[in-house]
Amino acid sequence: MKKFISMDEAMDMLHDGMTVMIPGFMGVGTPETLVDGMVKKGIKDLHIICTDTARPNIGIGKLIVNGQVKKLYASHIGTNPETGRMMNEGLIDVTLIPQGTLAERIRAGGAGLGGFLTPTGVGTVVEEGKQKLVVDGKDYLLELPLTADVALIRGSKVDRKGNIWYNAATRNFNTVMATAAKIVIVEAQELVEVGEIDPNNVMTPGIFVDYVVKGDA
Amino acid sequence: MDIRERIAKRVAKEFEDGDIVNLGIGLPTLVANYIKDDIEVIFQSENGFVKMGPAPTEDAVDPDIVNAGGLPVTVLPGAAYFDSAVSFGIIRGGHVDATVLGALQVDEVGNLANWMIPGKMVPGMGGAMDLVVGAKKVILAMEHTAKGRPKILRECTLPLTAKKEVNLIVTEMGVFEITPGGMILREMASDTTVEQIQAVTEADFIVADPLKIMED
Repeated sequence: MKKFISMDEAMDMLHDGMTVMIPGFMGVGTPETLVDGMVKKGIKDLHIICTDTARPNIGIGKLIVNGQVKKLYASHIGTNPETGRMMNEGLIDVTLIPQGTLAERIRAGGAGLGGFLTPTGVGTVVEEGKQKLVVDGKDYLLELPLTADVALIRGSKVDRKGNIWYNAATRNFNTVMATAAKIVIVEAQELVEVGEIDPNNVMTPGIFVDYVVKGDA
Repeated sequence: MDIRERIAKRVAKEFEDGDIVNLGIGLPTLVANYIKDDIEVIFQSENGFVKMGPAPTEDAVDPDIVNAGGLPVTVLPGAAYFDSAVSFGIIRGGHVDATVLGALQVDEVGNLANWMIPGKMVPGMGGAMDLVVGAKKVILAMEHTAKGRPKILRECTLPLTAKKEVNLIVTEMGVFEITPGGMILREMASDTTVEQIQAVTEADFIVADPLKIMED
C-alpha cells in the first residue's frame, strides 16, 4: 500500500464539515504544513478536537482566525483572543474539556473503550449532563470516548511505513490522536527510510498511520 | 521584598527532598527560584515531561521544549518525556506530591475557583481541574486581595475548579491551612496583624496558638 503522498493528495481527503483531531501544545507538536494546507484550501464548518488554539498566527489558531471552525473541543482557548471573541459572537461553538479528560477520551476512542471514570470535574460545571458513579465511596464522572474522521499528526522522524518518533515535548496529544481517527495522516519533519528508526524507539507504530507527507517546518 | 517574591519564597519551603511538583503559570512559576540547595525537587510540566529546568539563554532555545505556558525551558539530567495521556495519568494517579496554583477565589472549606469569570474571561480550565483533584497537596500562591476585595471567602461565587481540594493558602499576609475543623491561620507576616488580616478576609478562620511569624 502506498503511504507516502503529496500535500495535494493529503488535502484531497479533507472536506467541509469533517471532524479533525490536531495535536500540539501552543503549536509545539502541531503539523504546521498540513494546517497551512487546510487554510489554503479553505475548507469550512470543521469540527476541531485539540487541546488549545495556540495564538492567532500559530497552529490551530490560523484555522480559527480564518473562520474555518464551526465546533471546537479544547481545554484552553485563553492564548488566542480570536477564539473567545468568535465564541462570544456565536460564530464557534466551544466545548471546554479538562486537559487530562480530553487526552483520556481520545485514548479511550482509539483503544476500544466505552468510556472511563474520572474524579476530575466532580462538583463543577463539567459534571453537567454526565452520569455520576460512586466506586469505593468516591464520586466519579463517566466520560465518553472521542473519535474523528481525520487525525493530522506531526512526527519528528517518520519512516515510509509511518513509524513515528517524536522529539522532546512535541509528543503531547500526537500518540493518542494517531489511534482515534478513521484516516491518520502524519507530517514528517524528517522523512527516513524503513529501518532507520530503531523499533525500540518507535512511539507510534506505523500500523496506525494511513498516509505520510513531508512537512516544510 | 516584592510581595510576589515573598509568597513564592514561602511556598518553596513546603517541599521535601524528592518531591514531584507542578507549578501553575504566573506567580507560582517564581517558586522554582527559591528551592533550597540541599534538596532536589522534580518539576513536572503537564505538556509532557519531568525534571524541567530554567529558561534557556536566547541562543540555546529549543523550539521542541516549552513549558505549560508555551515558553521555552530546558530539561535537567534525568529528565523524561511522555505524552499527554501519561502526563495526566501521573497527575490524576497521585504521583504528583504538590501543585501550586493561583486563585480568583478560595473558600474556607477549600473550594477553588480559578478558571473563569462568566461573561468576562473564559480561557478554559486547561490542566487545572486534573491537577487540583490529583495532586496530593494543593497549595495556592496568591495575593491576599484583588484590588482591595477579599479573595478568601466564606463561599466561592465563581464557577469552581474543584471542590474541597485546597490544603494550603499562602499570601503576602500569612499562611492558612484548610482542615476538616476549619481554616487555620498558621503564620502571619511580620508587617501585619490578625485584625488587619481579618479585615480583608471574608472567610472565618481560627488563629493558631502559637501563631508563627512568616519568614521573609
